[in-house]
Amino acid sequence: MTTRIQKEARKESLLINMGPSHPAMHGTIRIMLELDGEKVRNSEVEVGYLHRGFEKTCENKTYFNLLPYTDRLNYVSPLINNVGYVMTIEKLMDIKVPERAQYIRVIMSELSRISDHLTALAAMTMECGAFTVFLYYIKAREEIWNVIEKTTGARMTTSYIRIGGVRTDLHPDFKTDVAKAMKVTRDVLRDVKGLLDKNKIWIDRTRGVAVVSPDMAINYGFTGPCLRASGVKYDVRKAHPYLVYDRLDFIVPLGEKGDNYDRYMVRMKEMEQSLRIVEQCVEKIPESVPEVKGKIEPAEAIKASRARKPDAKIKLSPNLKGSEKEKYPSILTDSKGVKVPPKEDTYTGIEGLINHFKFFMRGHGIRPPKGEVYFSVEGGSGELGYYIVSDGTDQPYRLHLRGPCFHIVSALEEMIKGHYIADVIPTFGSTNMIGGELDR
Amino acid sequence: MIEALIKFLCAIVWFLLLSLYLTWAERKESAVMQDRVGANRANFFGFRILGLFQPLADAIKMMTKEDFTPAFSKRFLHNLAPFLSFFFVAVTISTIPFGSHLMIGGKEFRLQVIDLNVGILFVLALLALSIYGVILSGWVSNNRWTLLGGLRGSAQLISYEVALGLSLIGIIMVFPSLKFSEIVGFQSELLFGWLPKWGVFLQPLGLIIFLMAAMAESERVPFDLPEGESEIVGFFTEYGGLKYGLYMFTDFMKVLIIACLLTTLFFGGYHVPWLYADGFHFPWGGDWLLPHGIVVLFQVIMFNLKVFFFCWLQILIRWTYPRFRYDQLMDFGWKFLIPLSLFNIAATAVLMSL
Repeated sequence: MTTRIQKEARKESLLINMGPSHPAMHGTIRIMLELDGEKVRNSEVEVGYLHRGFEKTCENKTYFNLLPYTDRLNYVSPLINNVGYVMTIEKLMDIKVPERAQYIRVIMSELSRISDHLTALAAMTMECGAFTVFLYYIKAREEIWNVIEKTTGARMTTSYIRIGGVRTDLHPDFKTDVAKAMKVTRDVLRDVKGLLDKNKIWIDRTRGVAVVSPDMAINYGFTGPCLRASGVKYDVRKAHPYLVYDRLDFIVPLGEKGDNYDRYMVRMKEMEQSLRIVEQCVEKIPESVPEVKGKIEPAEAIKASRARKPDAKIKLSPNLKGSEKEKYPSILTDSKGVKVPPKEDTYTGIEGLINHFKFFMRGHGIRPPKGEVYFSVEGGSGELGYYIVSDGTDQPYRLHLRGPCFHIVSALEEMIKGHYIADVIPTFGSTNMIGGELDR
Repeated sequence: MIEALIKFLCAIVWFLLLSLYLTWAERKESAVMQDRVGANRANFFGFRILGLFQPLADAIKMMTKEDFTPAFSKRFLHNLAPFLSFFFVAVTISTIPFGSHLMIGGKEFRLQVIDLNVGILFVLALLALSIYGVILSGWVSNNRWTLLGGLRGSAQLISYEVALGLSLIGIIMVFPSLKFSEIVGFQSELLFGWLPKWGVFLQPLGLIIFLMAAMAESERVPFDLPEGESEIVGFFTEYGGLKYGLYMFTDFMKVLIIACLLTTLFFGGYHVPWLYADGFHFPWGGDWLLPHGIVVLFQVIMFNLKVFFFCWLQILIRWTYPRFRYDQLMDFGWKFLIPLSLFNIAATAVLMSL
């Protein structure tokens, strides 16, 4: 099949296929280039190599079960995807979330945003040949992911944010761990600034390349750092504050020209703001220490149950490690029927067991009222919106995702036109295209 | 004849062995810069010694890999290309002086394989010829990406070769000879009675131009356009195994030969400051007389130390900067380095005629 560019190309130009397997086309995308020497005369971007039918799959899953699928959208910042989806459902069902859980969500969102920006810039700088900078960024991301791993139990596919709250409470060492991760990140940002900000080669490579005017950015539907690099002040966190963002002090950095340098700079500054947000949240977060009364080892618990003492209260923790919880941490909503009942109740009481079955049975579970809802959060690379149509059953009638990269990548052809082949790659990197989110 | 053969064997073994271990140095230095550990797993009966066996393991791996030639390429030329690059760079070592003379049994041996009367031109010519390997590999692989790489290589060479040659004219004006031995000989003298008369003090601008142009010649970041692994994947995309290894190896040999040239032309070659044929004569008074053998040893060690320093410097630069763009590189060569080197020549001429 001849593509558009094959028909349009001049006879004397060199047609070249960048991707789908090219070292810089991370996340499989194909760009057909029509080259005049090394200059890009024309190009055609082909997306869809990572299409997995996300939206259709979601129509066949219950509201609770499709949560892990959202992890796989923007796999560099899965927690923000979770937050976006979960809050859409909460908006539809009008669920109130405990404050502590809201703070945890903000902390996790911002940590994910930092890791997202770190990854995007790491890829962009490495594609310009600065391999050391790449490894510095990855070092910082490693620290952040360690914190995320220790909290959520997973590094990428976290599924940590649940409808009505979050899955588990923060672990006891969270404050020190976060402080360490933030120190490492700050050091890395300082080092990278020293290496790149005033580096003549870096400025030459990025200044004036792939300029996106504010009008063009708005027309294409840019959001996030790419839009702000063009000088348009729009951030979902400020424009439509959700969670506790209206109580936090942060600024929205803006670029001037909308070129690759600005997209780099805006991300660098945003990471600093995100660090500030995390710091404020760690300070302001309301405490929730579960009262621990004694401890029963699992073996003892089993022994006690075999002895058939009806008055013996046996309580097991969710992880079955034997630590007993008298009071549940305030991280999940009180509304019934939208949360998984705590395992302590499921294993020890008939009511908990029934709740558990009711929650997981097909046709029961989470059943939002009929209606449609759109809710968006500020994702790693822009406005991440979910549109859900509910028909009253436990499965969404329709779920649509507004992925930020899709709109940005659609402008790629115009952005790289007339530039050199070496500019295609950092420009592509600066859009922070994530295959999982783009192709869904 | 036998003498020349032995000397050449010594020189080439030194050259190849050091290039081999330069891969280790590069890995370790970049690891230190990037908070990593670097290669340290290769061992010999359980002995790791900081991964010093890694280059040997790499070499064995390269040699035992499949020698693959794409079906759509021309087999003979495809095989020839890496050897062209390798050969032209490997030969250049024969003109580099490692020390002055070694007296064995009343006979004088120069510590230099061959002292050509056009030494500088010879080295420049061979280094330029090595680009044919790049162009050939880019073209013969019959792949559009490698073709771009080959073209970039030739364009880059043309932009830089001029500046490289012009930057050395200053040196030839100051030390009026093309022979390496004589250029090094001139640098044994003293300026103002205490400062060694090294090229760096007479031609500071020339040194900077030469360093930049030579790094461009070695095709490493920030000038690694023919390779450009994230952009065009490189002119050697269609190579594997030993032939790919030869290209990599040639890269390191170029680093080493550039370090040798920098040492020889700008940093007094094998000269130790204030060391003469009979020992040290310090400018502040005081002598330390040494036997002939020790003096030669000092010279060879000093030469090696200087070479190591410049290898270290080049690796440091390589892991610090991002890559230039094709047009910026040409601009840099034609619009900045060449005018600057012409100015250097003019300034040198004016100063010398004073």
